[in-house]
Amino acid sequence: MSSVTNSNAPIIADFSVRLPASSDGAGSESFELRLDESLPASGVTVVFGASGCGKTTFLRALAGLQHIESGYLQVKGETWHDEKSSLPAHRRPIGYVFQEASLFEHLTAAGNLAFARKRAVVPVTEHDMREVIALLGLGDLLRQRPQQLSGGERQRVAIARALLIKPELLLMDEPLAALDQNRKQEILPYLDRIRAELKIPMIYVTHALDEVTRLADHLMILSQGRVRACGPISDVLSRIDVPGLLGEEAGAIVEGRVAERDKEWHLIRVDFEGGKLWLRDGGEAMGQEVRVRTLARDISLSLEVDQASSILNRLPAEVAAIAEDADPAMALVQLVVGEARLVARISRRSVAQLELSPGRPVWAQIKSVAVLH
Amino acid sequence: MGFSAADWAAISLSLQLAAVTTLILLMTGTPLAWWLARTRSRLKGAVAAIVALPLVLPPTVLGFYLLVAMGPNGPIGGLTQSFGLGTLPFTFSGLVVGSVCYSMPFVVQPLQNAFASIGERPLEMAATLRAGPWDRFLHVVLPLARPGFLSASVLGFAHTLGEFGVVLMIGGNIPGQTRVVSVQIYDHVEALDYGQAHWLAGGMVLFSFLVLLLLYSIPARRGDAGLRFSA
Repeated sequence: MSSVTNSNAPIIADFSVRLPASSDGAGSESFELRLDESLPASGVTVVFGASGCGKTTFLRALAGLQHIESGYLQVKGETWHDEKSSLPAHRRPIGYVFQEASLFEHLTAAGNLAFARKRAVVPVTEHDMREVIALLGLGDLLRQRPQQLSGGERQRVAIARALLIKPELLLMDEPLAALDQNRKQEILPYLDRIRAELKIPMIYVTHALDEVTRLADHLMILSQGRVRACGPISDVLSRIDVPGLLGEEAGAIVEGRVAERDKEWHLIRVDFEGGKLWLRDGGEAMGQEVRVRTLARDISLSLEVDQASSILNRLPAEVAAIAEDADPAMALVQLVVGEARLVARISRRSVAQLELSPGRPVWAQIKSVAVLH
Repeated sequence: MGFSAADWAAISLSLQLAAVTTLILLMTGTPLAWWLARTRSRLKGAVAAIVALPLVLPPTVLGFYLLVAMGPNGPIGGLTQSFGLGTLPFTFSGLVVGSVCYSMPFVVQPLQNAFASIGERPLEMAATLRAGPWDRFLHVVLPLARPGFLSASVLGFAHTLGEFGVVLMIGGNIPGQTRVVSVQIYDHVEALDYGQAHWLAGGMVLFSFLVLLLLYSIPARRGDAGLRFSA
């Protein structure tokens, strides 16, 4: 085992995992996950895919909970698995949050945290302990037993416990999937704070892209055990060369800053490199940096500016590329707006009628825009 | 009336036998139950069947084979003799060996059920929290399986107290050495001394009832194995 930890070195995952047919009862066929990717060991990497695509298997292989059949895994310059040896799960400096909040039922919330603290990668000081407890708002829950906590509270304890290991890599397996919408909203701000304050690299597995798009720096899309796309999130979301990659979820994100508030009409203006967008005022602060998502199906194109329309946002754009969608009636059009890229999903007949081709200037009419919360 | 001196000697011997047997069974039964609960080996079925044999065999059959095995020409007898320990039949140690075999399923099965009901998740969780195999066993499995250990101890103890056939086959009826309560009751009945027999038999009924009452009154919790017998 190499023991040189290099915080800039990426996660190099070049391995395959085979699950026998009956392992989870999900399918009668055996399943194989095979990938050869390099992921940054910084920021938040979201692993997205439908259920059964292998995303949890990927995470379990990183954690050492799933046997890797062949290949190697290197994290920050340290080899965790190769042909000769494999670092057991309990020696990997990771924090892992399971889909359902798996707390030790025989311990209180505080006991669960202490379990991690005793075994942390580096000593956890009183100050660290208080910081994590405050970060996840656990002050009043510490003496409770897991059975007395709500789903959201249990998940917060589980996240705090994973943080107290002082991990070099935080692995999250759909930590919000078992929670209802309100509970999700309860947890998300904590994830935001972990990202902003603790700066622990995080790999976050989900089947609900919107859930964490605002947190993500990097996106890896899995389908049937293979990587379909992987890269910085804005690049992957504006890709059109992989038909059906995101289906109805297709749509780019734009990063901008709140520049104006229209009190009369309850709107805010977000400026980005390439234009301005008006959207509903969700109480964002002036100057706040926001991520805005535009779904491809909500963007239509016209050759002339149409002022007599209910559409609030019209942006001058240029066609960058056109690709066929998985649906034979539809096409995906990649647009360049200043520095930003958008994707529109329009019918193939419209592409022909408007004689769209790369380089052609168009007006992008955006029916709805949402700030990612 | 009441217990005679001989009755008290038998009670004391029975309690000693049950305590020593339970202790040995907890030490040997725990790794065996852990293996049975987790293994995917093909031997699992055979081992589970052997452990469960005393549930269905007449105690005389078990006692007969143990008597032969522990006798001067048997494999166990040969071993004990080569260590200069003599042979085990008609000794307290012989009774302990017999009781361990006889009560094995009553300790192993509750433990096996308790271990199986913990499932994989708490162990995986502990592994991601940097707990090694021993750490996981001591600090996760043992506390979660506590109801199983309680069931196993109570059943192992109570079942050993109630043993008769095996004792008679390999221990005989030596006062203060192998004459346990059940044998003492048999002697009283043989001698038509029903009064004395009532005291001991009634005491056994009361004790067994209280023990089982304790066992069944504990609220069912996750990891509780209770009295389910399954391989």
